[in-house]
Amino acid sequence: MSEIYKLTLCQIIEKIKSKEISCEEVTKSFVNRADKSKKLNCFIEDTFDQALKKSKDQDNKFESDKKLFGAPIAVKDLFCTKGVQTTASSKMLKGFKPEYESTVTSKLWNEGGNLLGKLNCDEYAMGSSNETSYFGNVINPYKNDKDLVPGGSSGGSASAVAACLTSATVGTDTGGSIRQPASFTGTVGLKPTYGRCSRWGIVAFASSLDQAGPMTKDVKDSALLLEVIAGHDNKDSTSAQNKVEPFSQKLKKDIKGLKVGIPKEYKVDGISKEILNLWEKGIEVVKSLGCEIKEISLPHTKYALPTYYIIAPAEASSNLARYDGVRYGFRAEGKDLIEMYENTRSLGFGDEVKRRILIGTYVLSSGYYDAYYLKAQRVRRLIKNDFDEAFKNVDTILTPTTPSSAFAIGENIDDPIAMYLNDVLTVPANLAGLPAISIPAGYDQNNLPLGLQLIGKPFDEQTVLNNAFAIEQSINFKPNYKDWWM
Amino acid sequence: MSITKDTVKKISKLSRIASNEKFEENMIKDLNSILKFVEQLNEVKIENIEPLASTVDQELIKREDKVSLMNEKKDILSNSPSGNEDFYVVPKVIE
Repeated sequence: MSEIYKLTLCQIIEKIKSKEISCEEVTKSFVNRADKSKKLNCFIEDTFDQALKKSKDQDNKFESDKKLFGAPIAVKDLFCTKGVQTTASSKMLKGFKPEYESTVTSKLWNEGGNLLGKLNCDEYAMGSSNETSYFGNVINPYKNDKDLVPGGSSGGSASAVAACLTSATVGTDTGGSIRQPASFTGTVGLKPTYGRCSRWGIVAFASSLDQAGPMTKDVKDSALLLEVIAGHDNKDSTSAQNKVEPFSQKLKKDIKGLKVGIPKEYKVDGISKEILNLWEKGIEVVKSLGCEIKEISLPHTKYALPTYYIIAPAEASSNLARYDGVRYGFRAEGKDLIEMYENTRSLGFGDEVKRRILIGTYVLSSGYYDAYYLKAQRVRRLIKNDFDEAFKNVDTILTPTTPSSAFAIGENIDDPIAMYLNDVLTVPANLAGLPAISIPAGYDQNNLPLGLQLIGKPFDEQTVLNNAFAIEQSINFKPNYKDWWM
Repeated sequence: MSITKDTVKKISKLSRIASNEKFEENMIKDLNSILKFVEQLNEVKIENIEPLASTVDQELIKREDKVSLMNEKKDILSNSPSGNEDFYVVPKVIE
C-alpha cells in the first residue's frame, strides 16, 4: 500500500491485525512522510530509529489483543517520556530526559502504540497559535497566500495529525488547547471530563483545568484513544474512579431524540459571519438527524475568559515555581543563590510565560487575593451552575469551536488580549470541567477548515462522541489541502 | 487598580524573575491591558457565592505509603545542571 499514512488509526490497526500490512510498513510510511515535512516544524525530537526497530519487533511478536497494536504515535511535548527529551517547548527544559513515563503515554505503549517523537506546542502550553514555542512556529498544512498558524497550544499535534505525520496523537487542553488547533486544522480533538485521564507525568500548567485528550483524523479514532488513556490512577488523586467504557465499540450514529442545546450567549462579539453560518448548518444537520433543538441560556459566558485569565495564571505561577535551575533543565549563573534563580527564570522562560507568572503572582499577592483570585473562583462557580442548569434540559450543547479560522503567523502576536480571545468559546468547558469535542464541519471562503464544538455532561463522553459521530457521518468533511510543503 | 513600574519590580522579585528597565516597560503595558480585561468581573454579583477551586466531585483518594523502585537517586541527579553525581550543587549559601 502506498499511502498508508492517509488511513485513520482504526483502519491502520485493523489492517495490521488482518496482516494486510506490517507494523514496519506502517511506521516507515509515517517516518518517510514526516522526514519530508520538516518545513511544518511539528517535531521537536523524533524517535524514528527507535520506532522502526520496535515495529520490526512487533511484527515478530504479534500481539493482536492490544488495542493500538503497531500504531505509530507522536505525542505533545508536554508528556514526560522516559529517556526521551521532554521540553514543554521551553528553553527551561531543553535537554531534560525524564526518568519516568507519564501515565497517559504509558497506557498508549501498553496497548501496543509506538512512540514516533515529541510534538511542538506553545511554551508550557501557554498560547493559542504555537508561536510562543522556543523551538519555532509550527505551520498549518492549510494555507492561503501566507503561512498560517495551526492554533495552540497543541499546534504541533494538530498539524501532525492533519498532515498525516502521525496516526493520531494526544494533546492537553487547559482552555482550548486541543479543540482550537483541531478546529484550525480540520481534525478532531476531544477534551475529556476533568479527571477522566491522569495528569501524572504531564508538565503542569493550571492543575484544576489541565486535561489530556485525543487528537485524531475522525471521531471513532478519538473514541478508541480515549478508552485507552482514560481511567483512575493512584498517582493523580484528582483522577476519577468512574468506569471507562469501550467508547469506540459503543459508538453509534443513531441519535434520534437527543436534546441539543444552543446557547444564545455564544454569539460573541467579533465572531465571523461564516462561523455563524456554519453553526446554523450544524443546527440543521442535528435537526435532520432527529434531535430536538432547544435554545438555552448560559448567562455568565462572557465572564468565562476573564475568569480563566485570573485562575490559569494564578495556578501557573505556583506550578512553575519549581523551575529554579537546581534540579533539572536550564541554569544561568549568578553571584548568589537568589541571583542564580532570577537569572535562570529570566533567561529560561519566554515572554508569554513571564507575563502569566507575573499576572498570577499579582492576583495571588497580599491585598489582591480577594479582589481577583477569590472573585474569579466565585464567578467560576456561577459558570458551572449555568451548565448544571442547562443540562437539566439538554443532553449536549452545540457551538462553534473558534470565533475565526486559522490566522497568519505574526498577526496576533503583539496583542495578548486579541490572542486570548481565540479561546472565548472553549474556555467555559474547562472552567466547568466538562467533556467537549471539536469536529471539522466545513470550510470558509478561503478554503480553511472550521470546527463545531459539542459540550456534554460530566463523564458522558459517550453521548458527546455519538453526537459528534452522527454529525461527522452526515457532513462527510474531507481534507482538501495540497502537499505544498514537500 | 493599575500596575506601575514599582508593582512590576515587586512581583518580578516575588516571582524570582530578573527584571530590567525594558522588561518593566513592556510588562506594564501588557499587564495593565490584561488587568483591564479581567476587571470585567467587577460587574458580576458574587454575594453569597462560594468560590469553586476544583470541579472534582469525589473525595481525594489516599494511597498507601510504601517503597517503590521509582525515583532512583542516580537517575534523578542525571538531570541536574550542576552535573554532580551525588548532590545538587548551588552557589554558596552560608559564608
